[in-house]
Amino acid sequence: MAKRTIIPFGPQHPVLPEPIHLDLVLEDETVVEAIPSIGFIHRGLEKLVEKNEWPEMVYVIERICGICSFGHGWGYCKSVEGNLGITVPPRAEYLRTIWHELGRMHSHLLWLGLLADSFGFESLFMHSWRLRETVLDIFEETTGGRVIFSVCKVGGVRKDVPDEKLAEIAGTLRGMIPELKELTDVFLEDLSVKNRLEGVGVLSTEDAKELCAVGPVARGSGVRMDVRLDGHGAYADLGFEPCVEEGGDSMARCKVRVRELFQSIDLIAEAAGHMPGGDIEVKVKGNPSGEFVGRMEQPRGEAYYYSKGNGSKFLERIRVRTPTNANIPALVRMLQGCDLADVPVLVLTIDPCISCTER
Amino acid sequence: MSERKDLIQDIVTIEASHLLESVSDIKSEGYRLGQACATKAEGAVEILYSFEKDETLKNFKVSIEDKDPEIHSISGIYWPAFIYENEMHDLFGITFRNLALDYGGHFFKIASETPWNPVEDRGAKPREASGKELKSAKTDKENKKDKVDKERKGK
Repeated sequence: MAKRTIIPFGPQHPVLPEPIHLDLVLEDETVVEAIPSIGFIHRGLEKLVEKNEWPEMVYVIERICGICSFGHGWGYCKSVEGNLGITVPPRAEYLRTIWHELGRMHSHLLWLGLLADSFGFESLFMHSWRLRETVLDIFEETTGGRVIFSVCKVGGVRKDVPDEKLAEIAGTLRGMIPELKELTDVFLEDLSVKNRLEGVGVLSTEDAKELCAVGPVARGSGVRMDVRLDGHGAYADLGFEPCVEEGGDSMARCKVRVRELFQSIDLIAEAAGHMPGGDIEVKVKGNPSGEFVGRMEQPRGEAYYYSKGNGSKFLERIRVRTPTNANIPALVRMLQGCDLADVPVLVLTIDPCISCTER
Repeated sequence: MSERKDLIQDIVTIEASHLLESVSDIKSEGYRLGQACATKAEGAVEILYSFEKDETLKNFKVSIEDKDPEIHSISGIYWPAFIYENEMHDLFGITFRNLALDYGGHFFKIASETPWNPVEDRGAKPREASGKELKSAKTDKENKKDKVDKERKGK
């Protein structure tokens, strides 16, 4: 009979930049069960809504995460705008879409680098992060910030970007394509990478649906789900169609993110080419008094933003459900049956963001 | 421009006694669980369950008494609900009956027990550690006094 052992994985582990703990129940070297523990750095940011007026709360919500900060700001604004019944000018929606897609590129390139680092492919890690710098430079040029931008506000955006600059950005991103192709081909074709990703941590389509997986985890298991399909922002005008892979393994999740990198470039170029004119914000009057459930497709997957107002300057509740939160049950299922040596890479394939989870 | 599905807000208030039946029905219709969260209300705690299918949301709102709030877990129907229910237990002090994976109040490693508890909100208790209550953090003045005492002892 196989020997049963319980191995604690995390909360401090070289592959984890942030703390999450897994109790791995092993039979010899095979994981038969994984029990997750989170909450080591829970910050209670949602509670700050009682002390910050709703127009200022966007600064707090943006600080939930340093990678998808723009998306969090947009999600919050979208929820409050829905609550107030505001329609945002089309130019602001297009600018938001462009920044959000830049954020996706930034996040996916960061993830590719971390993945390469997790299996010791250091040069691949550095190339991924070198290309990410171009995206961060665009953020700096257009918003003034590289991590937290604070350009999204309830009613629109704070800064406009001239059409000529947008055309230049689209050109810069298109110029990145050959280098991106060279980089991502290594992830998809290299034998040493394939050995670590193919057939590892398979999540079937049924399991992905049953476990309510989101984002590239769900799409890598053949589930066609993406919040961008609901018609918000400029996505309805841009003819968006999600990237879906059928494999369900770590390689499929990698392929989804690689395809989304190129898709983001296309979406940004398309949006920059059809930029509507006009205002970038509307004047906001009154205070939120109802409730609104909004969603965003963050780079890691679907996020929820629930806001409830009482007619005062302070919201009664803001709730943010982040993608990593939703993908923990799927991770537990993926780990069952894998080798102990594959656990670090497998944990990374859901692109865990504990900063988001511990909002 | 096509219809914006994100603007459709379908929030239905249901009785706690009908929760399991309603959740079972919505699951059989093909909806997946999006999130669940609690909100303080006047003399009550509201729990909002969000479900999604084809980019359209349906929400159930259940209101329960805020004194010793208790409700049946939906983790028997949607297993991933254990994440949200343990969170609500640790932050709001809501007891979920028949929770599929119960962390017993240790899902979040936070300094105070149920810090968002609607009844005890004005004075959250420090969490007990090994049978003893945690000491509150010392003030700068107290720290300075300790340092001086320590130095005197050393001499």
